[in-house]
Amino acid sequence: MIPAAFDYTAPSTVDEAVRALADAGEEAKVIAGGQSLIPVLRMRLAAPTTLVDIGRIPELRGIRDEGDALLIGATTTHYEVQRDPSVREHALLLKAATDTVADPQVRHRGTFGGAVAHADPAGDLLAPVLALDAELVLHGLEGPRTVAAADFFVDYFTTALRQDEILVGVRVPKHTGWGAHYEKFSRVAQAWSIVAVAAAVRVEGGVIAEARVGLTNMSSVPVRARAVESALVGQPATAEAIRAAAAHAAEGTSPTADGNADTAYRQHLARVLTSRAITAATGV
Amino acid sequence: MTATAEPEVGKARLRKEDARLVTGRTRWTDNLTVPGLLHLAFLRSPVAHARITSIDVEAARRKPGVVAVFTGADIADAQGSLPCAWPVTADQKAPQAPSLAVDQVNFAGEAVAVVVARGKAQAHDALEAIDVDYDELPVVLDLTAAVADDSPLVHPDLGTNSSAHWVFDSAEAGTGGDVEQAIAEAEVLVERTYRQQRLIPAFMEPRSVLVDPTGEQTTVWSATQIPHILRLMLALTTGTPEHKLRVIAPDVGGGFGGKLQVTPEEVVALVVATRLGKPVKWTESRSESLLSAHHGRDQVQKLTLAARRDGTVTGLKVELLADMGAYLRLVSPGVPILGAFMFNAIYKFPAYRFACTNVFTTKTPTDAYRGAGRPEATYAIERLMDELAAELGRDPIELREQNWIKHDEFPFTTVCGLEYDTGNYEAATARAKEMFGYDELRAEQRERRERGDSVQLGIGTSTFTEMCGLAPSRVLGSLSYGAGGWEHAAIRMLPSGKVEVVTGSSAHGQGHETAWSQIVADQLGVPFEDVEVLHGDTQSSPRGLDTYGSRSLTVGAMAVLKAGEKVIRKARRIAAHMMECAEDDLEFAAGKFTVKGTERATALTDVALAVFAAHDLPDGVEPSLDSEATFDPENFSFPHGTHLCAVDVDTETGFVKIRKYVCVDDVGVVVNPIIVEGQVHGGLAQGLAQALYEEAVHDESGTLTTGTLADYLIPSAVDLPHFDTDRTETPATSNQLGVKGVGEAGTIASTPAVVNAVVDAVRHFGVNDIQMPCTPMRVWTAINGGPTDAGGLGSEAGGGLGSIDTSGGAA
Ligand SMILES: Cc1cc2nc3c(=O)[nH]c(=O)nc-3n(C[C@H](O)[C@H](O)[C@H](O)COP(=O)(O)OP(=O)(O)OC[C@H]3O[C@@H](n4cnc5c(N)ncnc54)[C@H](O)[C@@H]3O)c2cc1C
Repeated sequence: MIPAAFDYTAPSTVDEAVRALADAGEEAKVIAGGQSLIPVLRMRLAAPTTLVDIGRIPELRGIRDEGDALLIGATTTHYEVQRDPSVREHALLLKAATDTVADPQVRHRGTFGGAVAHADPAGDLLAPVLALDAELVLHGLEGPRTVAAADFFVDYFTTALRQDEILVGVRVPKHTGWGAHYEKFSRVAQAWSIVAVAAAVRVEGGVIAEARVGLTNMSSVPVRARAVESALVGQPATAEAIRAAAAHAAEGTSPTADGNADTAYRQHLARVLTSRAITAATGV
Repeated sequence: MTATAEPEVGKARLRKEDARLVTGRTRWTDNLTVPGLLHLAFLRSPVAHARITSIDVEAARRKPGVVAVFTGADIADAQGSLPCAWPVTADQKAPQAPSLAVDQVNFAGEAVAVVVARGKAQAHDALEAIDVDYDELPVVLDLTAAVADDSPLVHPDLGTNSSAHWVFDSAEAGTGGDVEQAIAEAEVLVERTYRQQRLIPAFMEPRSVLVDPTGEQTTVWSATQIPHILRLMLALTTGTPEHKLRVIAPDVGGGFGGKLQVTPEEVVALVVATRLGKPVKWTESRSESLLSAHHGRDQVQKLTLAARRDGTVTGLKVELLADMGAYLRLVSPGVPILGAFMFNAIYKFPAYRFACTNVFTTKTPTDAYRGAGRPEATYAIERLMDELAAELGRDPIELREQNWIKHDEFPFTTVCGLEYDTGNYEAATARAKEMFGYDELRAEQRERRERGDSVQLGIGTSTFTEMCGLAPSRVLGSLSYGAGGWEHAAIRMLPSGKVEVVTGSSAHGQGHETAWSQIVADQLGVPFEDVEVLHGDTQSSPRGLDTYGSRSLTVGAMAVLKAGEKVIRKARRIAAHMMECAEDDLEFAAGKFTVKGTERATALTDVALAVFAAHDLPDGVEPSLDSEATFDPENFSFPHGTHLCAVDVDTETGFVKIRKYVCVDDVGVVVNPIIVEGQVHGGLAQGLAQALYEEAVHDESGTLTTGTLADYLIPSAVDLPHFDTDRTETPATSNQLGVKGVGEAGTIASTPAVVNAVVDAVRHFGVNDIQMPCTPMRVWTAINGGPTDAGGLGSEAGGGLGSIDTSGGAA
């Protein structure tokens, strides 16, 4: 199909972009890599009057080392995240999850910020962002503000972003030396997760010292498997301990039923995949 | 001008058409344009079953760029009723099938209005300004419920949802015994009901049609498999004189049966272009294609197999419900009937009965899809043979061998009365078992089962045959098909020594240009490069019945061969005149006529030049070597093969991974091994996809929920295993080339091999069936004692683009 007509503007600074958004009003939308937005427009599920293309704003692209955190610019592509040595060293979980996103074509165009702002509950980068306690840096007419990942994801495709705001970057605290794994379950390789589990663990002398576990598609927003995390801490890094902890993975969740999984099966998958993700992350 | 030394037939040549097809630098219909072209966009019904109480198009007519808007009522007189060429029974019930719905819509996606605009975007924008009021009627979705007495009717004026009831009974036909008696006397009965889920052909190039009415002839370019049939049917449907229509299928990007159709959009494009006197074009979007192009499969198969305790099969009874969807399209009713003669497959059933009821539902019409009827039949029998083996505690291959036709029993007349000319099931199976490492894998399976491995190994077999090379015209006649099954070809010898081959078999990706060139190069002794194959234009290749049913090589290339024989016959007389000898003194080989026992020779191409000059020809000989031929096959051809599949089933999640896939096909003589390999690989991918991934799902209101490729799952290369392929070669005796056809083999054979493997992996959990596609949830639920059709693919879409759908757009 063909999208409905819209105005298009491609500002070169964040301030201009924010101004353009505000000027265009309710029906304006940011476009980054277009990998999620263009299909929506082509199917005429949305018909924004103005698209503000943030792809030509140099300050939004790239990964900066801020000492105890990495600041990943919103328009950094999935491909760039995958290849970046500092991401591999300090936020391995993010690389692991990004490796599972779509296919090479999509990863060359799609952006990290776009995936986060789109907030598809089946999207693969939300749970890692949540698990790693990342902060989202937003910028609107009133200047920048920072929102914790836990407060950013509000509902299906809904975030804390205001109409005049853009996501400029994601600040990811360094998890240097942590083991990490993203266990994705989908029917074909190039598909969204039915359920996926993001796990990062720090093992000290054979004992799990810290653990972060995030679940994809177990709710309208990514969720933290806190019960699993606390059950893991202080346990020996063994298969039995991990399995016992993973049994808590679905606690408190009430995932939706859809064509690929009903609620009970999703909860079952969450337990199995959590066990696998942590096992792989700890290298047991 | 030297003839090729090495025979072309059998050579693994790269396909000459691939450079342009792969790069897309070619004439796809959507790439074409003509001066003053207007664009069409169709408004489609969002509801499955409703009376149209009003359509207001006034606002749309006033939108920028809009030239005209037509509803079904506006063109009711001109659009006629879409053709169904296969009335399977004399009392078949068929509704009127308008291209644009007039007063009632019968499936979601049915076209109700068309906008004609200067720009494509303008046409789409104007769709939103059309206001339709629907008075909804009850939907009819479930096949079994549809034939119950209390079901609402899709077409109330027909008084029933049953379109036709078609029966073949071997006792009545005199080709075998009475199946009821076999069942009564059976020592073992295997009774199963299998579901052939609805599939979507999902060809790569979307459908597209361009109609230019501005010449003396109206030219229709269409992304179709069937330019010749389309021309005739457009003429008959719209009343346009046949000789005033020219249909061109330029390069066409796949079809799989999905473009074996006379589509509503083609008819509307012709009607609208004619009415406006202006050229129009329509190209569908992917979602439009998934929704409104015809679907395939969709049957409920109730099966009863009778056998003796020693494993000998004694009877097979098949009761089918086949979903036609809302209308009968070109060959919809005949698709399940094509399977009627294939349920008995390679086995010596003494008694057989097949009964099929074609049923209307409020869904997209179904029609041919790769294999058409034969995959459904093969699935049923190959699943049943595994079930019988399990029941008797026998090895499934050994049980098959006990029952199949032995190589020294050919030709063999089956319980359906078909004569299988040749085959060697022992050879193909032996080779497949060896490549597969069958005994080792069975040993590993036992070991892992005993160990209680969380990943269980399953092994599945499919020893298939198919009837292809459609088809002897007299057989089609006996099945009430509306046309013959011949094919036409012509060969034109150009004065410079080049050769044009005209074929009625219009390729849409199969590689005819290469294969035909190889055959003609051998036959006429000219270089491969000097042969040009012309097809897909009713002006340059005026006669033909097109490409489907693995018929091109067995029928189409045979016509080419026959035309070549005529060329040689004509040339022989002239060559004899040129060399002043008797025709009988000449032998023709490697492109030359040689006087027997001498070195004196004249090349065929020299004869062609002499004929062009025509200065000195024998008396009464016309100055042309050009020849044409129409070939009607005597019999079908019967490719066969043995496919073995090993799967790893993760019992914790239900995920199925194909670990090993071996197939040994016997497609007779092979013209080009690379083309055969390509056809097998593509076929396997589609067959595996039915087993594991694909399903068209409708929700309870009749809306297609798998309307994008994010929800209708097509596997990509990473999801598919490595294919270990090999061949045995038992030449067909039903045609001179010895070929059997390979277009559908992989699709037909592979689906049951995979499902047999999945069921085999989890049979020890008490599972004896899992409904296709074997999704992780279905497999997991079956392992855990739940229903084997569990979960279905629910009515809501999954994640990703689908979830966008349900939320009504990104925030
Ligand atoms: C075939 C295919 C397969 C895919 N498979 C997967 C998969 O397996 N897993 C997965 O996680 N994803 C998958 N995706 C989605 C992919 O990750 C997208 O790249 C991502 O969701 C969106 O990024 P984008 O830059 O393309 O955003 P766009 O499409 O440009 O925008 C998406 C939305 O976010 C908003 N937006 C974008 N950037 C910003 C910003 N900086 N500030 C504020 N709002 C913004 C837009 O307004 C829009 O609403 C797939 C996509 C495709 C096409």
